[in-house]
Amino acid sequence: MSNFPWLTVLGIVPLAGAAVIGVLPRRRELLAKQVALLTSLVTLGVTIAMCTAFKATGSRFQFVQSHDWIRAFGVKYAVGVDGIALVLIALIAVLVPVVLLASWDDADAELPLAGSDAPVARGKSVKTLFSLLLVLETMMIGVFAATDVFLFYVFFEAMLIPMYFLIGTFGGPRRSYAAVKFLLYSLVGGLLMLAAVIGLYVVSTSQGPGTFDFTALSRLNISHPVQLALFSGFFIAFAIKAPLFPFHTWLPDAGAEAPVGSAVLLVGVLDKVGTFGFLRYCLPLFPYAARTFAPYVIVLSVIGILYGALLAMGQKDLKRLVSYTSVAHFGFIGMGCFAFTTQAGTGAVLYMVNHGLSTGALFMVIGFLVVRGRSRLLSDYSGIAKVAPVLAALFFVSGLSSLALPGLSTFVSEFLVLVGTFTRYKVAAVFATVGIVLAALYILLAYQRTMQGALSSAHERMKDLRFREVAALAPLIALMVVLGFYPKPLTDVITPAVGFTMQDVGAHDPSPTQARPVAEQKR
Amino acid sequence: MTALLAAEPGRYVGATGSLSILWLLLALPAVGAAVLLLGGRRTNGWGPLFACATTGAAFVFALVEFFALKGQHARSVDLHLFSWIPVAGFQVDAGLLFDPLSATFVLLITGVGFLIHVYSLGYLEHDPRKRVFFAYLNLFIAAMLLLVLGDSYLALYVGWEGVGLASYLLIAFWFFKPAAATAAKKAFIANRVGDVGLSLAIMVMFTTLGTTSFAGVFGAAGALTGATATAIGLLLLLGACGKSGQFPLQTWLPDAMEGPTPVSALIHAATMVTAGVYLIARSTPVFDMSPDARTVVTIIGAVTLVIGCVIGCAYDDIKKVLAYSTVSQIGYMFLAVGIKGAGAIAILHLLTHGFFKACMFLSAGSVMHGMRDQVDMRRFGALRKVMPVTFGCFLTGYLAIIGLPPFAGFFSKDKIIEAAYDKGGMSGYLLGTVALLGAGFTAFYMTRLMVMTFFGKQRWADDIHPHESPLTMTGPMVLLAIGSLASGGLLVLGGALQHWLEPSLGQSVEVGVHTISPVVLTLLTLLVVAGGVAGAYLQFGRRAVPLTPPVAVTPITVAARRNLYFDALNESVLMRPGQYLTRALVFVDNRGIDGAVNALAAGIGGGSGRLRRTQTGFVRSYALSMFGGAFLVVGALLAVRLGA
Repeated sequence: MSNFPWLTVLGIVPLAGAAVIGVLPRRRELLAKQVALLTSLVTLGVTIAMCTAFKATGSRFQFVQSHDWIRAFGVKYAVGVDGIALVLIALIAVLVPVVLLASWDDADAELPLAGSDAPVARGKSVKTLFSLLLVLETMMIGVFAATDVFLFYVFFEAMLIPMYFLIGTFGGPRRSYAAVKFLLYSLVGGLLMLAAVIGLYVVSTSQGPGTFDFTALSRLNISHPVQLALFSGFFIAFAIKAPLFPFHTWLPDAGAEAPVGSAVLLVGVLDKVGTFGFLRYCLPLFPYAARTFAPYVIVLSVIGILYGALLAMGQKDLKRLVSYTSVAHFGFIGMGCFAFTTQAGTGAVLYMVNHGLSTGALFMVIGFLVVRGRSRLLSDYSGIAKVAPVLAALFFVSGLSSLALPGLSTFVSEFLVLVGTFTRYKVAAVFATVGIVLAALYILLAYQRTMQGALSSAHERMKDLRFREVAALAPLIALMVVLGFYPKPLTDVITPAVGFTMQDVGAHDPSPTQARPVAEQKR
Repeated sequence: MTALLAAEPGRYVGATGSLSILWLLLALPAVGAAVLLLGGRRTNGWGPLFACATTGAAFVFALVEFFALKGQHARSVDLHLFSWIPVAGFQVDAGLLFDPLSATFVLLITGVGFLIHVYSLGYLEHDPRKRVFFAYLNLFIAAMLLLVLGDSYLALYVGWEGVGLASYLLIAFWFFKPAAATAAKKAFIANRVGDVGLSLAIMVMFTTLGTTSFAGVFGAAGALTGATATAIGLLLLLGACGKSGQFPLQTWLPDAMEGPTPVSALIHAATMVTAGVYLIARSTPVFDMSPDARTVVTIIGAVTLVIGCVIGCAYDDIKKVLAYSTVSQIGYMFLAVGIKGAGAIAILHLLTHGFFKACMFLSAGSVMHGMRDQVDMRRFGALRKVMPVTFGCFLTGYLAIIGLPPFAGFFSKDKIIEAAYDKGGMSGYLLGTVALLGAGFTAFYMTRLMVMTFFGKQRWADDIHPHESPLTMTGPMVLLAIGSLASGGLLVLGGALQHWLEPSLGQSVEVGVHTISPVVLTLLTLLVVAGGVAGAYLQFGRRAVPLTPPVAVTPITVAARRNLYFDALNESVLMRPGQYLTRALVFVDNRGIDGAVNALAAGIGGGSGRLRRTQTGFVRSYALSMFGGAFLVVGALLAVRLGA
């Protein structure tokens, strides 16, 4: 099976599902939903099979395929995954079915949010929603699987289109503003990256046949000033996508206005392309520039951790609150990427996966709450735990995951990032550690305001979660717990990939400073 | 290094026989919690009993393991479970360390835990969410066992925050009461502040020694420089202060009394809040490398001891008085554990305190149970006649805490005072005197509590009919009372506990010459205690107790009633500036950063207002962006050409 085109198949399955939904008659809405769910489950199955075929100690890129695409420029359809891309694709495969379940009724007629006079969008198409989500899945898989920089760029931009329509069509009252803002930010970043991609190609032509192939590019000998310029192009694009402070302001709008499922995929997966890009492109292709900029990126990340947390505390809107917590979390991921230690790097990748699970769960729970209470404002809720204990409990567990409680998966990644950073940047790590107090504050404050205290009279008849909603959340919670106690399956594939990246960037883990040599210890 | 040689690490032997299924200790309560939480309402009927059964089974199993350990030569076994976080040089295994220190804690946790489970059957008989309560209680037991059994700092950390979580859930058990929700949050946040210290301590260990396991760290501790050892020690102390309600993080503990009383007894008196003492005792090899860190530990202990005593004298809420008493008693433990070679004495006091404080809390709960949840001691009085069993139990606990021989507290507190004086030098005298005077204060406020609650005239309203509690409640109380009476003597007999703990804590210091002869010191202590008792009796026993607190009081009393202004300090130094900062940042983020970007967008797209109004604005701006992008591409190409 070693030659089986895993990645191509994985990309085609959701696309095929979307096509099937496209030809279904308009009335068969339920069938469209079922087809979508089935497709995503098949994709999950294929992913699981692919993961078992991956060899942790094998070569860097596996399931490699390469075909000429635009021969004149050396552009290829080249795909392959390392351990980092593999776990992120696995995250996509897990999140999409969950998101489909959570979005089950999102295109159905809905009531307007309290306090908003925005017209209710009628006649939304169920078929469009579900096929867009599946198309998005293909794009997301493509962006992680591409090993040709041009192909990566194509997926990077193409990914925006389904997301733009998802936010702009199915979003909240200010959806068009949010969608345009999202698109503009991303396009600006994308253009900078395009410039850098072309620059890379130009450099490659000066040292042999022009190519966009990642491995060939990483062997290029690029002069230092050029490295700095090209690094900046990639970095800003990724920093906007991630989003790293101070490029984050599109996220709260997009996160708040996007429908539940899209918000989960946006923050859970799309944003990870940014931090994935740091590790895959910024570090290996431009090691000198990466080393030069690293301290500054670390500083931005630490600011992001504290700033995002403080802003999360100050939000009145629940979905904006969750978006800002993500700004803080992406600070941790960014810090991990640029600390240049195996622990911090592995922690950052693990964080990408865990953040997808925990923030995904948090967005979904809040989405379920908003559907019931018809308001996104914290102040409109009180004492909900009394009438909806299951909702409250799942809110709480997702929150605990967000504040990285030991025993849940986020703790492992956060601690790895912190300990890995500490060995190199002590002050930064100390400031970042203060973030764990702030995280506890924003989660517990939000929980107290909405779920605890006296029940507000408006919500006395609020219904608890339905089976479908619990079924959507349950896999995420289960993964958080299992990976909290047994993250080894993930770290086993991530660590070697991060090791390659560290080699590329020319960094070595600092050795313990005060340990005696082994012989002396046995004295 | 004549005094202390902690068990040479690396000598933890592998677990065999019944010790190789040590994980069952954790699994039993964990399964109980999982079944009750996931089973939902179906388990309402038998769930609470099931929870009691799992905890009881854990206690029995703990006894089996205890005797198995006793039979071992090395008395320190390590059970490797699985590789938890393996990332290059950072290798953390999930494993359990069973040695005299953890075994002692395991017996305390499961034993007292089981009694309080049984007590809760009665106490929460009519609560509709009884099942949830028992699930949380089991969750706590499991986390606490992990805390004391984990064989690395990181495993300890999981238990450490796990008990914090359980504590949060149980304080906020009546979540619809705003005060309970706020208190729970405060507890968690204060603990998290401490956890920053613990996390950083672990990071320093990894950076300097390349390991976080107990065996690894203790084995290499000798290589630490003094500064590093002090840093680790102080960071661990910060963690310990958060968990144990020590200065300056003590204010959460009295607020935590909003939780149901069995919780106060188990978590906020007998077990969880003593975890800080465990952490410092466990880290003996690290503290041995830093006399400075030890000094700070003793100072924190002494300061907290005084704070707890002073505030304890001023409150009228029976649970809050007991809470501040706990703060103060843990101060004693910190004082002892900070003194080199006195770790075993700290553990001794921890155990006796576990008995007598749990006994008193449960008795207080019994009083509240009979008085419709009244906690104001000014509304009690003369309860000894209507609640004789409760009175008897409380009295035993009282005599134990004030340190009357032969009750348990006498042995442990006396030894702490002695150890403080024997520390020698100026600091020894100072610490010893603080501990001695603290004993007097303790006698004062506890006598005040006894007199106001059980003696004098009845001051409760006519529609309240106090009654004795059911057997499920009085049974555990009586057993704990027996412990309060006998545990001290039994543990001290022939230095039993000290010898038992030697593999974990090293040998206790053998003092050649006592600073003050122990006999004289004991008599002196008893004299001070008698003074405290007499003072309280004169003030509260001889005169009628007014129903409202007197207004014309000394400034010290006013300050004590307000927690010595620690809450006010927190609010003005941390909370309010924090709120202003948050609000300012929200403003800046909306107007500043986002505003700048929007203005930029306006420049490019021809007005963000138009952008928002029309869908076609998007196309225009897209075109413009592309145009701008084209410029950039050309620019980049030129730059590359020139650069290359």
